[in-house]
Amino acid sequence: MGYKTIIEDNIDILVVGAGLGGSGAGYEARYWGRDKKIVIAEKANIDRSGAVAQGLYAINCYMGTRWGENNPEDHVRYARIDLMGMVREDLAFDMARHVDSAVHNFEEWGLPLMKHPEKGSYMREGRWQIMIHGESYKPIVAEAAKVNADKTFNRIMVTHLLMDDAKANRVAGAVGFNVRTGNYHVFKSKTVIVGAGGASNIFKPRSVGEGAGRVWYAPWSSGSAYALLIEAGAKMTQMENRIVLARFKDGYGPVGAYFLHLKTYTQNAYGEEYESKWFPELEKMVGKGYLDVEASHKTHRPIPTCLRNHAFISEVNAGRGPIHMVTVEAFQDPHLEEVGWENFLGMTVGQAVLWAATDIDPKYTNPELTTSEPYVMGSHATGCGAWCSGPEDISGNIPEYFWGYNRMMTVEGLFGAGDAVGGTPHAFSSGSFTEGRLSAKAACQYIDDGKAEGITVSEEQIAKRKEEIYKPLETYTVGRNEIVGGTVSPNYILPMPGLQRLQKLMDEYAGGATANYMTNDKLLNIGLKKIKILEEDLEKVAAEDIHQLLRAWELKHRHRTSECVIHHTLFREETRWPGYYYRGDVMKVDDENWHVLTTSHRDLNTGEYTMEKQPLYHLVDKDEEQKPD
Amino acid sequence: MPTFVYMTRCDGCGHCVDICPSDIMHIDKRYRRAMNIEPNMCWECYSCVKACPHQAIDVRGYADFAPLGHSVRVIRDEEKGTIAWKIKFRNGNEKNFLSPITTQPWGSKIPNFRNIAQPSEEMRNSQLLAFEPKSIRLDDGGLSTLESNGLELKEGVYY
Repeated sequence: MGYKTIIEDNIDILVVGAGLGGSGAGYEARYWGRDKKIVIAEKANIDRSGAVAQGLYAINCYMGTRWGENNPEDHVRYARIDLMGMVREDLAFDMARHVDSAVHNFEEWGLPLMKHPEKGSYMREGRWQIMIHGESYKPIVAEAAKVNADKTFNRIMVTHLLMDDAKANRVAGAVGFNVRTGNYHVFKSKTVIVGAGGASNIFKPRSVGEGAGRVWYAPWSSGSAYALLIEAGAKMTQMENRIVLARFKDGYGPVGAYFLHLKTYTQNAYGEEYESKWFPELEKMVGKGYLDVEASHKTHRPIPTCLRNHAFISEVNAGRGPIHMVTVEAFQDPHLEEVGWENFLGMTVGQAVLWAATDIDPKYTNPELTTSEPYVMGSHATGCGAWCSGPEDISGNIPEYFWGYNRMMTVEGLFGAGDAVGGTPHAFSSGSFTEGRLSAKAACQYIDDGKAEGITVSEEQIAKRKEEIYKPLETYTVGRNEIVGGTVSPNYILPMPGLQRLQKLMDEYAGGATANYMTNDKLLNIGLKKIKILEEDLEKVAAEDIHQLLRAWELKHRHRTSECVIHHTLFREETRWPGYYYRGDVMKVDDENWHVLTTSHRDLNTGEYTMEKQPLYHLVDKDEEQKPD
Repeated sequence: MPTFVYMTRCDGCGHCVDICPSDIMHIDKRYRRAMNIEPNMCWECYSCVKACPHQAIDVRGYADFAPLGHSVRVIRDEEKGTIAWKIKFRNGNEKNFLSPITTQPWGSKIPNFRNIAQPSEEMRNSQLLAFEPKSIRLDDGGLSTLESNGLELKEGVYY
């Protein structure tokens, strides 16, 4: 094999994946670790990587305590109801109490935040969202990480974490390959902060051809945030908590600004309001604690997003689709019209392309909406990710939530940010950046406390991973000689057909869009068998070149993520989030047995999963006499 | 395609190859010019379109749902700190938009922590991050804690 081995040694803090979370880590690490060696390994180019590569038109998590708008606990309560109670509230509170400082930093660095013309405060889109001109959000934030890190390696696909050979369950760095040169990169590091992405494209997308790239969440988010951790033996949480998005059809353009700022609303194909008629039945299914339309009306308590999805899906299934977004009223105001278009141009250009192609001017036509295929992530409105320690001053008295270092996983020296941290939904861009900062400070403390002494990485471990990484190239070379040409071989499978097989089985057995988000214990068990066989076949995934090798490893990461998703979905014997997915065998919320967080651990030797329930602790007012039901 | 490259405008400089988040803009070996090698992994994020110094890259909407005959063009200017968009509909209508992308000279306001004073031991042992607590509320208030906000964490079912 002609690829060089390039070793980067003596790293203190290695950041794997530098979207908003990883950039926050690369930046903050230097503040606490002036003499520390800080290195970033990024799959793409840090200036345009991660979910914010394209830009954003809003920052969805800003408290505004400076303006007297919200306190951190208000945000936690909002996330709690939106997720039907399933939140690590210690972590969420910790993120929320710091997040405003990140946003104020962004403004100083040059990110244009819109201002309220009279109040002078930031222009609110909704209670938690502020509006920005964020086309250059990512390059601006990336600069902060690049300036403060020692080195930024672009175009490194990190495939595995390195483990300490001297002490069990301690991280020792990471390995991967350069997707341009093909060279093998070894990063030996005392700590690792994983800021890699969640998973798009593990469920069959609604689009069939070219449009498969227009997934809602970036196609380069390959579940590395989960696969890297699962394969290092980290405990995962809430991996069943996938998200389904109600968005503009085909282009998946965002609806937040439309609902909240432009005050557009939805109706069925016959011009009728449809949500309220589905709620009485739904109230019985989930309980009045989670859906009480009257109370929500009076107190402005939000109706959980999944339940609104449920009404959408039910109305379409009843034959009254498509659902439309009523834009023709709002768009008569030229300012609102401008906001509506710039919203797309700032973060989902493809929706503007689609409306241009189909002559949809929302001033005259109410566009169609759809519900997307499911996604697995921990930074947007769901909480998939690793089981992490909270900060001492909040979580210190709860043994299940605290083991020494903020945002450290159950593997020593391994930290996370963004999609990688579980149980912390509604962090979004600013919250992910904040989690990166928290991880970086904790990682510095971990090193300063002498916890990373004596790490050993054997030559054998490095050599074994190298062989594993390049195997798909070898498989191709050997198998290709057997056939005249084309993509069909009896002895290998190419990355794209492999991905399609994964998507089809997840869709059909684990509650994808074409199955109407429905699954049950029997389907999930069949899915597990199929995913096991797919794993065997992925030993024969073949790559024609280095670019295909990238796709092969992304597929392996998506596969591992999917396996974990099925185990979690099978474990939680209830339908906690109707509208995200349904367990047909247990079609109700069951607080008696399942008002808990789920965790999984995959045994590194046997591949067996151990599932556990973890307690939920909720933030309550000290003087409040509220009693649990 | 979704992105595609005009043969006569591309000089093979590779800016698009350098920036594409999906690693799908590659230099074609025969023509020494860029092309999108994997359209179904393209997000239409426009990173390459914005990076191209010759406006050689354009987007044609995804074939499975977007009819032909449209264009969304962009010019991003870091010097001026603006981005300009021109949308052409299939029916010939046009819309134009102009937005700021930054309020500061590029990269000039990013702090390099190597050049500022070390944090105190007290700060290291606290829950504070860089520039906190000042940067949270821009006043003299401290960091929120369970104590300061009158909260506790309780096990049970709360809504």
